[in-house]
Amino acid sequence: MSDVEAPAVLDPAIRFTPRVLLAAAGLALLTAAPFLASEYWINAIVVPFLILSLAGLGLNLLTGYAGQMSLGAGAFMMVGAYATFAFQLRVPELPLPLALILAGVIAGATGLVFGIPSTRIKGFYLIVSTLAAQFFFEWLFLKFPWFYNGNSSATISLPGGLSIFGISAENPHGRYFLTLATVALLTILSFNLVRGQTGRNWMAIRDMDTAAAVIGVPIVRSKLEAFAVSSFILGIAGALWAFAYLGSASVQSFGLTRSYQILFIIIIGGLGTIRGAFYGAFFVSLLPLALDWLFQHLLGGQIDAGLLQNIQKAIFGLLIIGFLIREPEGLARLIGWKAAAPIRNPFSRSRTRR
Amino acid sequence: MNMFLETLIGGLLAGTMYSLVAIGFVLIYKASGVFNYAQGSLLLFAALTFVTLTDNGLPAIAAIAITIAILIATAIAIERFLLRPLTNRSPMTLFMATLGLAYVVEGVAQGIMGSQVRAIDLGIEDMPIFIGDILISQFDLTAAAVAITLVAVLALLFNRTRIGIQLRGVADDTRAALSIGIDINRIWQIVWAAAGLVGLVAGLLWGARQGVQFSLSLVVLKALPVLIIGGFTSIPGAIVGGLIVGAGESLAETYIGPFLGGGITPWFAYALALVFLFIRPAGLFGERQIERV
Amino acid sequence: MKSLLLALLVASSALSSVLPASAADVSQYVPLPTYRVGPYASSGELWWAGTRDYFRYINEVEGGIDGIKIDYEEFETEWSPDRTVEVYERVKAGKNGSPLAFFFTHGTPATYALLEKAAADKIPLIDPAGGKTESVDGTVFPYAFPLLFSYYSQASTGINYIASKVGGLDKLKGLKIATVYHDSAYGRATQPAVDLLAKTYGFENIQIPVADPNNEQSPQWRQIREAKPDWVFLRTWGVSTVVAIKTAQRFGFPSDKIIGDVWAGSESDVIPAGAAAIGYSALAPYPAGTDFEIHKRLKAEILDKGKSDLRDQKYFGAVNYNVGLVNAALAVEALRTGYAKFGKRPLNGEEGRWAFEHLTVDDARLEKIGFKGLLQPLNITATDHEGGGAARIQSWDGQKWVLQTDWIKADHALLRPLIEQGAQAYAKEHGITPRTPETETN
Repeated sequence: MSDVEAPAVLDPAIRFTPRVLLAAAGLALLTAAPFLASEYWINAIVVPFLILSLAGLGLNLLTGYAGQMSLGAGAFMMVGAYATFAFQLRVPELPLPLALILAGVIAGATGLVFGIPSTRIKGFYLIVSTLAAQFFFEWLFLKFPWFYNGNSSATISLPGGLSIFGISAENPHGRYFLTLATVALLTILSFNLVRGQTGRNWMAIRDMDTAAAVIGVPIVRSKLEAFAVSSFILGIAGALWAFAYLGSASVQSFGLTRSYQILFIIIIGGLGTIRGAFYGAFFVSLLPLALDWLFQHLLGGQIDAGLLQNIQKAIFGLLIIGFLIREPEGLARLIGWKAAAPIRNPFSRSRTRR
Repeated sequence: MNMFLETLIGGLLAGTMYSLVAIGFVLIYKASGVFNYAQGSLLLFAALTFVTLTDNGLPAIAAIAITIAILIATAIAIERFLLRPLTNRSPMTLFMATLGLAYVVEGVAQGIMGSQVRAIDLGIEDMPIFIGDILISQFDLTAAAVAITLVAVLALLFNRTRIGIQLRGVADDTRAALSIGIDINRIWQIVWAAAGLVGLVAGLLWGARQGVQFSLSLVVLKALPVLIIGGFTSIPGAIVGGLIVGAGESLAETYIGPFLGGGITPWFAYALALVFLFIRPAGLFGERQIERV
Repeated sequence: MKSLLLALLVASSALSSVLPASAADVSQYVPLPTYRVGPYASSGELWWAGTRDYFRYINEVEGGIDGIKIDYEEFETEWSPDRTVEVYERVKAGKNGSPLAFFFTHGTPATYALLEKAAADKIPLIDPAGGKTESVDGTVFPYAFPLLFSYYSQASTGINYIASKVGGLDKLKGLKIATVYHDSAYGRATQPAVDLLAKTYGFENIQIPVADPNNEQSPQWRQIREAKPDWVFLRTWGVSTVVAIKTAQRFGFPSDKIIGDVWAGSESDVIPAGAAAIGYSALAPYPAGTDFEIHKRLKAEILDKGKSDLRDQKYFGAVNYNVGLVNAALAVEALRTGYAKFGKRPLNGEEGRWAFEHLTVDDARLEKIGFKGLLQPLNITATDHEGGGAARIQSWDGQKWVLQTDWIKADHALLRPLIEQGAQAYAKEHGITPRTPETETN
């Protein structure tokens, strides 16, 4: 089982020099970005885009790679955010990066628990388990003051602000680089994971679990691993969302609409690809802004604002349907610099009944 | 004891309101294997259309007729532009497509008809009636009667009409149904229209309770646990599932809630559904075996 | 699909080019985060109509505020605090040369989310009849303005009204008053005040949560039927109010013993409840009706000329429409105060704070702007960011809201220590040194 893959497919990054160049250029751009863009672009667009990408990445490992449906992405982000808050508040000696990792671990453990039903049921029945997580945590974090330190507004914000080993990151550049570094690290981690044994196990389960079991893939363990890793990443994304983007957060910041948003990101971006999460997040964060702008400049004042907003909503829905019909592999396929043929995606696979 | 009985009966009756929503899901799932997330939005759309028409002075009968016509047209459009292009895709893809559909339906419905809350007066008295010490809601009793009637009508439709039998054929074995020349696209259109009708009935009743507004579409979240418990393919299952969720929620809020600080209804139904998933994954009345690992 | 992407890219790059300023324009920029879609759109739609109609009236009929026009712009948020934060980031630098003098949050959760950001950016957050109650204490919260009617005041005015109904504050002793609240930070915001009032007057305080969105409240109202409270204070929001009123009827609780708070007292809350809502009363810092002077002016100048943002004119004078009017008027009067001090040019955040902290709306002013009876007299200072703290009570007669009382004041002497206590705790937690307004020069 161990030597199935062709190494050439495994690491195309080294083989295609244009990609290396592109990646280097991208990296340079990312580093220079905060000095080129306005504060508004960094705060309101780039940072949330990066965090949403990370969340999309987390969910994609579970849904896109391991084939387990989840509507509870928001719940695991919430756990990560509240755990980070608890660590920073109650164990102030713990530096932020460590607190983030520990919060991720807690989120991962939570994901594992809510993933247990996946060992007995499949398909979209799983959305019940993940929705249960969604509603349960929304209730839990609002109900018990311990989680938000008895604050009358039931919101959480880091007591000492965002600071890494004593250096304050409480400014646009600080937030940007903290986010960028975290996202980059976790993306590299995910790349390695999906290209290694773990990722192959996940994809085997996704594509044909009976066959996977026959060839000796540890189904239960792999599924739970997917839940744990996915929730780990989601948890860290949640903490960043709360403290690097919003500054303070409440359960509403991680409601059901957030879970849908993350799901849309990976549908649009491309299920079962790492970069799909980034494309999807790019699309989802910029589309409303672009529509807003377009409508205001093309039709501004002529039709009333209520209608305008509803039209935007309908267009968003149409795009989702359109993507599913025309391009089930999402933007990742459209903007593919991929030379090797993509691994067959389960979501374009024909449906077998019975 | 009276308190317990009253809570139980009240919960059971409230549960039929959930069943009404769940039936729409079952119809579509049975015939096309789609978990239609947009059912809640369709329910809102149906009720909103009806209210908009009556608000503009149309008599109720005419409004119902026009609403039904619009629902049928919508069903045909959905089949043509969503289901047909997605034939043979995985259930998950279809589910996600219905999420997109929900956005479209909500956007279009509220864009055209506005987002103001509208009232529906179905003429159902809602004064409490008492049996001994036990308080029972007239409105819920009426809703329960409507649900039972609806189930009876659907049962007749399935068992006695040609279309109904074709429909069962499709539900039982799609390929066999295709091979004997059943027009599956046509069946889908009919089923989605029927689900729209059920949505209209549910929408009117829920609308009479809380006003016709966006929140109507959120009742979809109440239907999911009902379906898990009752089984996705069984209409009697939807009824029983609704009763269990209704009674469970009501009893839990009254007897467990106080120990946890209250407000536990949003997740309790899901916890209940999870328990059922472990005990009986196919649901109480589910025909199709859920694949188990 | 590719061309769509291209369009998106073009649009996004164009977005960045909208920002540049042209100094020639001297309008004051006022962004409005709105919710015209989503679960709360039914309140929102009328609200923004009121605000827009008033701004338009000021711009087109009065020629702006002392000649300076208001440049208002909407941003959709679906009442999501996250999206409001994003809007805030988008607009905080101002537009077309106008800095941002203040930011309407249009929702308590959004105010909570922005509290610290705005304080750091020195931009006043305006959230009338909402916001964080402790921020009434402007010494700790210089940039938060829960104008008009804080949550503590809501509790106190509600209790004062009940007292007037039962024959005096001393008659409250032994009564049972249940609060049915939206289970969220917003819903719990009155709890400390009700606690204190219960201790002071000796009534029994029962708190019953309903979870959001809650379209099924039988268990809660069964609990109320068991507890047999004398009065119910209803602190729900959105659909949960309708369901509460209907369920109350089902459980035989009389509607004239239910008092709704500000955000449970609009037409959207009672019309769908039908006959069940007849007799239901609500606190009204924003009374309903079209009999106020400003409505006559708007009718003549805006509605009849087809310039109104209202889709259906039957909602003219609805509670939420009037919320929009009053809030817009607060902004206009504050700006007027600011222009008088700083000169006729768009104000920035710090100047905006000064303007709000010196906002005085007395009876003469109310007469002049046509808001007599619709808006309470206000006197906002650096230490008191609420400024009013009163509401009228209105009851629903099945067709319209009928005003029952004049302005009923909250018990500020009793509540103030509670607010200061909360503010001090916040200051300590966040390392804020409360300012001393007496020594400030301007």
